Amino acid sequence: MELLVAVMVGVMVAASVHLMLARNVLRFIFGLILISNAANLTIFAAGRLTPERPPLIPEGADAPAAQVANALPQALVLTAIVIGFGLFAFALTLVYRTYQTLGTLNSDEMRLAEPRGEDGS
Amino acid sequence: MSWTLASPIIIPFATAVLAFLFRRGPEGRWLSVIGAAALLIASGLLMAEVWAEGVVAAQMGGWAAPFGITLVADLLSAVMVVITGITGLAVAVYALADVDARKEELGFHALFQVLLAGVCGAFLTGDIFNLYVWFEVMLIASFGLLILGGRREQLDGGVKYVTLNLVSTILFLSAVGLLYGMTGTLNMADLHGAVQEVDNPGLLVTVAVMFMVAFGVKAAVFPLFFWLPASYHTPAFSVSAIFAGLLTKVGVYALVRVFTLIFTTDVAYTHTILLWVAGLTMITGVLGAAAMNDFRRILSFHIVSQIGYMILGLALFTPLAIVGAVFYIVHHIIVKANLFLVAGVAKRIAGSTDLAAIGGLYRTAPLLGLLFLIPAFSLAGFPPLSGFWAKYVLVKASLDAQSYWIAAVALVVGLLTIYSMTKIWGAAFWTPHPEGRAPRLTDLPARDRAALLVPIASLAALTCVIGFYPEPFVVFAERSAAQLLDPAAYVGAVLGEASGAAAEAGPGLAEPEGGQ
Repeated sequence: MELLVAVMVGVMVAASVHLMLARNVLRFIFGLILISNAANLTIFAAGRLTPERPPLIPEGADAPAAQVANALPQALVLTAIVIGFGLFAFALTLVYRTYQTLGTLNSDEMRLAEPRGEDGS
Repeated sequence: MSWTLASPIIIPFATAVLAFLFRRGPEGRWLSVIGAAALLIASGLLMAEVWAEGVVAAQMGGWAAPFGITLVADLLSAVMVVITGITGLAVAVYALADVDARKEELGFHALFQVLLAGVCGAFLTGDIFNLYVWFEVMLIASFGLLILGGRREQLDGGVKYVTLNLVSTILFLSAVGLLYGMTGTLNMADLHGAVQEVDNPGLLVTVAVMFMVAFGVKAAVFPLFFWLPASYHTPAFSVSAIFAGLLTKVGVYALVRVFTLIFTTDVAYTHTILLWVAGLTMITGVLGAAAMNDFRRILSFHIVSQIGYMILGLALFTPLAIVGAVFYIVHHIIVKANLFLVAGVAKRIAGSTDLAAIGGLYRTAPLLGLLFLIPAFSLAGFPPLSGFWAKYVLVKASLDAQSYWIAAVALVVGLLTIYSMTKIWGAAFWTPHPEGRAPRLTDLPARDRAALLVPIASLAALTCVIGFYPEPFVVFAERSAAQLLDPAAYVGAVLGEASGAAAEAGPGLAEPEGGQ
């Protein structure tokens, strides 16, 4: 099970690196979203996968009766998803606004803040 | 729950809410100043407590240590919070005159206070996933501040800042996940013990390097600093100043914390990488600055170069070097924020930050000249200002560690820093204004003048105080370094004295058993 998830994470990271190497900023953001999901899966797998054993404590007991799935990585992933959602919503808005204002998504053409020539490049 | 520990986080958050509600009136900006002043007082109280009682820790929500979220302050955390209070107050006052009504209406003061809360949270947390959350709080506030106003340059710089910082965030998150997978804990004090028992040291070092890269992007070290000179010169001057002072230093703080508390299992490997990074960061930063011709862009590259000195202190990993690193961080935050504030005044009265388009400030605004010289000479390391002592301690530490080449690099970079500072001095202050204008401080309305110059003068005075009376600051840095190099007190305070003592006794008892 861990191996399967690990392979999936590997494929996702490879795909996202490919996207992130593009000059188009929108593709970069898509790559970023993909790699953040790969990171979430990494946390999930790092917490050990124990399928079909929900972390429930029977009524009246203080601890789960048998070995159950680790709930903490799931909580971490949930937090990371929420934070990531906010950040990517902002990033996408920023990219859209940049496209409207600068008229380009090519990162090579975004040289307003660092004009060519002035800094000797 | 300890109020002294929680108040540096609660105060800015509460202020942010109030400042947002009153963002359309003058109340918002005064609330921001009052909130920043309250933060400074709260941080002072925290510092007094930590100084008197040693490491202070509190468990949020009442869950016992390795499970709940811990807030903890040792001397390094406490001094970083105090410095956050000082810079926060200085910039809040400066923003009274620097930030226009439109940006205020968009929520400048609220974002500014959230940024301070995020920074304080990152300094005070004792949990590595919680550190990630504070980084995000800080990051999202900084995104907002950076592009507030929406000028074309800001959007351009913002894209680079946002994307590269998000990459570092994701790397940080994966590293936290893998570390948890190996050790089963997220509490930093608990991790200190848990990493000793990891049976795969190679994997541990890999994760350590992941943390190094993630925090390295935040701290803007070579070769991960490109977002910084691309963006720091674009927003309002108040924003530049608080970014320059605090944000990269949160990355440095995280590196210091993680590489003194957790990843000390293979110092020869990890800290050697850090040493190379430190040297290259110093050199590239200062050479980049030499090629620039804009007040703020020169200063931005100098942030990079100065980060190298702090990493150098961490990388050498001797008591004296850590003393130097702590001293350097404190000195640098004050000086760097101040230089950006001076650049703001120069722009206000002379009309630009492009060095070719301004001049004559020395003749017509000699006070500004003096206020520039103090932080600039301190940055370059002139005695007797604060930067001299910081550099002196670090160079001495490198010579003691017989790393002669890094000592040479530090000294040469100091010389090149003087070159950049004299370039600004020559172009902005000495040569006549190209358009024949005579920029005067008296051109500014009296209220603006006070709001702009009082913070600058106060920070400059602080630089002089550290320079002329370095003794108490060095003593402080020595105690702080001792705490960092021997985390027993930190671990004990977080996990409770009993279990802390047990954790210490554990390996001590195991040894004789093994010997028998």
